[in-house]
Amino acid sequence: MCDAQPIREQQLQRILTPLQRFMKAENIVTSVEALRAYECDAFTTMRQLPLLTLLPENIEQVQQIMRLCYQLDIPVVARGAGTGLTAGSMPVENGVLLSMTKFDQILEIDIANRTALIEPGVRNLAVTEAVAPYDLYFAPDPSSQLACSVGGNVAENAGGIHCLKYGLTVHNILALDVITIEGERLTLGGASLDAPGYDLTALLTGSEGLLGVIVGIRVKLLAKPASARVLLCGFASIENASHAIAQIISAGIIPAGLEMIDHTGINAIEELMHAGYPTDAAAVLICELDGSVDEVEDELARVILLLEALDATNIEISNSEAEKARIWAARKAAFPAMARLAPDNYIMDGTIPRRALAAVWQRINQLADEYQLLVVNVFHAGDGNMHPSILFDAMDADQRHRAEELGTRILELCIEVGGTISGEHGVGLEKINQMCLQFNHDELQQFHGVKAAFDAKNLLNPGKQIPTLARCAEFNGMHVHKGEIAFPDLERF
Amino acid sequence: MIDIPTLADQIAQAAADKTPLQLQGGGSKAFYGEAVEGTLLPLGEHRGIINYEPSELVITARAGTPLKEIEQLLEREGQMLGFEPPRFSDNATLGGTIACGLSGPRRPYAGAARDFVLGVTLMNGKGQLLKFGGQVMKNVAGYDLSRLMCGALGTLGVLLEISLKVIPKPQYEETRVIAADFTQMQHLLAEIGRKPFPVSATLLESNRLFIRLSGAQGGVAEASQHIGGDKLSDNDAPWLGVKEQQHDFFNQPKPLWRLSLPPMAPAVPASLFDGPTLIEWGGALRWLYSQQSDSLQQWAKANGGHAICFKNPLPGSPIFTPLPPALLALHQRLKARFDPAGILNPGRLYPDL
Repeated sequence: MCDAQPIREQQLQRILTPLQRFMKAENIVTSVEALRAYECDAFTTMRQLPLLTLLPENIEQVQQIMRLCYQLDIPVVARGAGTGLTAGSMPVENGVLLSMTKFDQILEIDIANRTALIEPGVRNLAVTEAVAPYDLYFAPDPSSQLACSVGGNVAENAGGIHCLKYGLTVHNILALDVITIEGERLTLGGASLDAPGYDLTALLTGSEGLLGVIVGIRVKLLAKPASARVLLCGFASIENASHAIAQIISAGIIPAGLEMIDHTGINAIEELMHAGYPTDAAAVLICELDGSVDEVEDELARVILLLEALDATNIEISNSEAEKARIWAARKAAFPAMARLAPDNYIMDGTIPRRALAAVWQRINQLADEYQLLVVNVFHAGDGNMHPSILFDAMDADQRHRAEELGTRILELCIEVGGTISGEHGVGLEKINQMCLQFNHDELQQFHGVKAAFDAKNLLNPGKQIPTLARCAEFNGMHVHKGEIAFPDLERF
Repeated sequence: MIDIPTLADQIAQAAADKTPLQLQGGGSKAFYGEAVEGTLLPLGEHRGIINYEPSELVITARAGTPLKEIEQLLEREGQMLGFEPPRFSDNATLGGTIACGLSGPRRPYAGAARDFVLGVTLMNGKGQLLKFGGQVMKNVAGYDLSRLMCGALGTLGVLLEISLKVIPKPQYEETRVIAADFTQMQHLLAEIGRKPFPVSATLLESNRLFIRLSGAQGGVAEASQHIGGDKLSDNDAPWLGVKEQQHDFFNQPKPLWRLSLPPMAPAVPASLFDGPTLIEWGGALRWLYSQQSDSLQQWAKANGGHAICFKNPLPGSPIFTPLPPALLALHQRLKARFDPAGILNPGRLYPDL
C-alpha cells in the first residue's frame, strides 16, 4: 500500500494531459470519493479502486482512450450497469475503468426485419419496453433486467428465466460493433443471419470484456406469444420435483420457464412477498407455458396430469396477467428474500444435466450440514442451472472460509456430474480458481492464446475469467479434493 | 474409432514437417469452400453415439458419426436437430456438418447449427486434445470455443466429439402455398413475422410462396386461416427439395450463389444473375446463378449481408466474401494460436488463412 500512492500519481500524470485533449473534464473522474462508486460490481466482497473512471460519449472517444491506454500500457476494464455477480467489472489497480453508461441510446428499431440497433448501456428491459408497441420483445431476461445493460448481457452471455425456450444472449444478437485494445473498430456479424469468416460474434459473447469493448449491438426481436400461463405447485419430496422436470421435457414440452425453489427458499420468499407459495412443501415448481391459446391449454392439461401422477400439491394456475406477475415477482425476489436470512449470501451458478438434479440437490444439503451452513436452492431447473445460495456472515472469518470452501465443493460436484461451474453469471474474479477444476493446462493455454490474438499486451480486463497457469498450479496443489472421485454413488458420464 | 494418441502423433508430426492436412469426414461437402492441398486425413471412422438421453435434450457423438444415423435415432424418440442440416449424401458426418456450419429451412425460426452446439472435443494443430463447453444448455466458463468451430471449416481444429442440443419434433406440420411475387412475399412475411405464428420455413419459387407451419394443431390452424392459400398435399417435398438441393433448380453446372441478407433487403438486381432464383428463410437466404463474382459480393455487402459461391466456382474468384484487412489479420492471429504451423485445412476458408 505504501508504494501504491506514488505509482497512482505517476500514472495519473501520464494519462491526464492527453485525455483532457479529447474528453470533457466532467467525464474524467479522479477523486477517490467519486471513484468509490466504481470499486465493485454486485459482488461487493471484492473491491478495488481504479486509477480513474472515464465516461466516453461516443465511439471516437472510446477509440482514442484505447489507443492511449495501449500506448501507455494501462489496463482497461469496461463496465455497464455494474450488476454483475462475479467481480467481472471490478477495476484493476492503476487501471482505467471505462463506464459505458453514456451509450444509452436505441439507435434504430427495424420492425420489418425484427431487429434493433442499440448502444451497450441500454438497459435490458428498456429494449422490450421500446418495441412492445409493435408486439415484439427482446428475449433474454436475467433477474436484474430492470437495471442491467445489454452490453453487460453480451459480456456475460446472460440467460434468465425464459432462456430454456428462447435461448441465451448469444442466440438473440446478430452483430457486435467492437473496439479493440489498439483502438480499431470491428463489425462482427451483420444484419443477415450469418456472416463470412469465423463466428466472432459468438466468441465475443460471454468473453467478459477480455477481448474487446462493445460499442454497438444488433439484437433480434421476437413476436410476443398469444398466450402465456404460469403454473405453480408444491412437492413433498425433492425426488418427485426432479422427476417432474424430466417428465415435462420428455413429453416434448419446452416450457417458456421452469423453475424450482426449495423449502427454505419458499419460506424466505413467502415472508417477504406473501405470494401464496405452499410453505410446507419440500419444493415448489413454477412452469410457464406459452404459444397459441390452444397450444397452451393443451400443454397445460398434459402437465397437470403428469404433476398429479407425481403427487403434486397446491396446483395453482394463473388466470390473468396480474396473477402471472405475482408468481414471477415472488420468484425474482428470491435473492432479496434471502438477504433477510443472513448478512451475506454467496450465490453459486453451477449447471448440471437435469438427470443429476435430485442427487446433486441432496448432496448439496449433506455438504451444507457438513460445513454447518445454510444453503438455499433456487434454480432454473429446466436447464439445470442451479443457484444454491450459501448464507453466512462475512464478518466471521471462519464462516467466510467455510462458505468459500463449501462453494468450491459444490462447483466440483457440478463438474463431476458433467456440468459446469457457471451457467450464466460468468467467472470474473470470484470463480477464477474453480476454472482450474474444469479446464486442464492445455485448455487454459488455448484460452490464453485466444486472448493474445485479440490483446497481446493483456490490457483488457486482465486477471479475470481465465486463470494463469501459475495460479492453477498453486490452487490445485492446495486443493485436497482434486483428483479423487469424491462421490462414488453419483451418476456420471 | 480413431486412436487418439496416434492422431496426436500424426498431427504433431505434420506440424513439425509443415505438411498440410486435408480433413475429411464423409466427403459429402468436398465441393464447399476453397480448394485445399494436403495429405488426406480421413476422420469418418471416428464414429459412434456416446450419450443420448431424450429427457436431457442433448446428444453427444463422435464427429465421424453419420448424420443420418443421428437423425434416425432422434426420430425414434420424437426429437430432431433444430437447425435441420442438409446431408447432401448419406455419407454426411456430424463433424462435417458442424465444420461447415450449414443449416436448413428451419434456421430463422429455430436457430443455426452454432446455436445448438453445446460442447466439443477437438485436437488443435499442435496435437493437443482439448475439451470446451459441455453437455448443458448454459455454460459460460471460459470463452465459447465450441461455437467458434462452427463454420470454421476445420481450420482451427479437428473435431472429435460434439454435443448438440436437440428439440422435440412438432406435433403437427402443414405447408400452405399461395401466389406471391417477391414484393408480396416481403409484405406478407413482415406482417406475419410480428404475430406469434408457428412458421418454421418459407420458400419463394417462381411466384409461389410456400409457408410451413409446425406446432400444436390449434396454433397451426389459426395461422393457416390467417395466411390463406392452399394446403400442400406433400408437406415435405419443397423442404427436402431446398435442403438437400434435389430441386431441379440446383442441377445447373454454373456457379451457384448463396446470398445471406437481411430478410427485407431489396431484390437482387436482374443484371447480376441469370435465370430463376429460390428464396428461403423469410427472404434472408437467396439462391441464384451468376458469373459476376465481385459485383454480386459487393452488392450483398452493400445490402447488409454476404455472398458465398456455393458450388461450381469460377476459377480465381473468391468463394467467400473477403474480410476487411483488420478482421482478416485477427482471423490469422486466431488461426496461428490454434494451428501455429498452419497445417489444418489451410486455405479452405480464405486463401491467406
